[in-house]
Amino acid sequence: MAIILDHVNYIYEADTAMARTALNDVSLQIPDGQFIGLIGHTGSGKSTLVQHLNGLMKPSSGSVYFDGKDINDPEYDRKNLRAKVGLVFQYPEHQLFEINCFLDVCFGPKNLGLPQKEIELRAYDALKKVGLPDEYFYQSPFDLSGGQKRRVAIAGVLAMKPEVLILDEPTAGLDPKGRDEILDLIAELHDTLGITVILVSHSMEDVANYVDRIIVMNKGEAVYDGTPKEVFAHYKELEAIGLAAPQVTYVMEELREAGLPVHTDATTIDEAADEIMRVFG
Amino acid sequence: MSSETMLRTENLTFEYIRRDEEGNVEGITTAVDGVDLEVKKGEFISILGHNGSGKSTLAKHFNALLFPTEGTVFVDGMNTSDASNLWSVRQEAGMVFQNPDNQIIGQVVEEDVGFGPENMGVPTKEIWERVEESLKTVGMYEFRKSSPNHLSGGQKQRVSIAGVIAMHPKCIIFDEPTAMLDPNGRKEVIRAARALNDVEGITIILITHYMEEVIYSDKVFVMDKGHVKMQGTPREIFSQVDKLKDLRLGVPQVTLLAHELRQRGLNIPEGILDRKELVAALKGLKWQ
Repeated sequence: MAIILDHVNYIYEADTAMARTALNDVSLQIPDGQFIGLIGHTGSGKSTLVQHLNGLMKPSSGSVYFDGKDINDPEYDRKNLRAKVGLVFQYPEHQLFEINCFLDVCFGPKNLGLPQKEIELRAYDALKKVGLPDEYFYQSPFDLSGGQKRRVAIAGVLAMKPEVLILDEPTAGLDPKGRDEILDLIAELHDTLGITVILVSHSMEDVANYVDRIIVMNKGEAVYDGTPKEVFAHYKELEAIGLAAPQVTYVMEELREAGLPVHTDATTIDEAADEIMRVFG
Repeated sequence: MSSETMLRTENLTFEYIRRDEEGNVEGITTAVDGVDLEVKKGEFISILGHNGSGKSTLAKHFNALLFPTEGTVFVDGMNTSDASNLWSVRQEAGMVFQNPDNQIIGQVVEEDVGFGPENMGVPTKEIWERVEESLKTVGMYEFRKSSPNHLSGGQKQRVSIAGVIAMHPKCIIFDEPTAMLDPNGRKEVIRAARALNDVEGITIILITHYMEEVIYSDKVFVMDKGHVKMQGTPREIFSQVDKLKDLRLGVPQVTLLAHELRQRGLNIPEGILDRKELVAALKGLKWQ
């Protein structure tokens, strides 16, 4: 179910004096089962890019293929695509609306026209997968904590059984423990369901801890694409475009400048601690 | 109370009634529970706490958006529950919220910043002087004629801050001002807050979930279940990694790395706050 973007351009308000290029000749391949971090400062084109992946936006030129088929072909079943490529927006709990959590999660599968039994099975299964305690299933989503609301919102997308799950800043506004819990949940969903996950994030530390591949957007272009180690090695260039490397990467650089013979490519606390202990043995 | 005190709470308690859809009372939640704290003029204070710990509710008492159910809040010696103090309290203690889009109302940056002083009845000439001075303070003067819609999140948030400064407050409360910003935007806002404290001597109260942002404060309060659970300097607070984890919080990444190295046997101090301190501590050790 790979996604391929082939020379995708997107221009806002094309053919007007206000025209702005939001995506500039983006070509990417997203194979099955990857865990990808998408980073870039505000306005770099991240959100525009992800909305092309499930057909919410249509390229001004270029093509997007899902499972080998052009999703912008007039014959293409885009409704089905939106079930397969699930998008969790920022602050998704703002979109909860039903009188209880269970009904809220039923909303997506219901719109797919599934039989009632299947709808309820999926909703139950999705709420279980996000780890919402049973006693909350029939409570109003508005009585839950911020972290739990967000779990319900993610369950609403999981109930569509997506093959690709895209989350836009899923930890925004959560406390540190809440952030870890949501990221652990996403990693677990990735591992157990074998789905592709695309995590849009402003936290370099989170991205370094969880993903296998990072795509960096700047001015509508995918400027870096590689493993966390490869991408964060460009920390100076990342700073120039309003980003940074994880704090520990800077620590390693500064230790090396201070004369310690350490390798500087650590991007997580464990990697940094291992490398420092190697030197102090 | 000494004239050096900016804010003081005595047994501050705030309760609200939870109701179901029909309006029947379901129960009472105590969001802030018997808090006593004091903030001196010119201090930079941070408040940490997990979601639902009561920190925002507490902060909303500092500029009379909420009033205590029990106890008292004094802002610069004024009791906030006394209705005749309302406007003076709100002028002295300004507030910056999480979402910049909810705080900007003007079509043009300079109009937006002038809104506060205009409402206070400041003469027109002085309004423009204040607008200019405030925008310069946050480094947004060159955008004075721009539409706020065309600014980045960090820039919008700095305009919100300028709008507060234009009211000449003695104290600014920042309620998670960086939660919706990218790393650069976060840096801009924190830099602006620190400059207001250093240069203008404005008392700052910063509420945040980002541990890195509080390391320069004079004092940190940690809230849990409506109580102040911990208070101290950033170093005192961040030396207690496990206790913070129990309170659903964390420590800056560098502090965590130092903690991990200590646990693996390296002889470095607890409570290292930034990269410079960690590098200095490690340089002092012998390596192979």
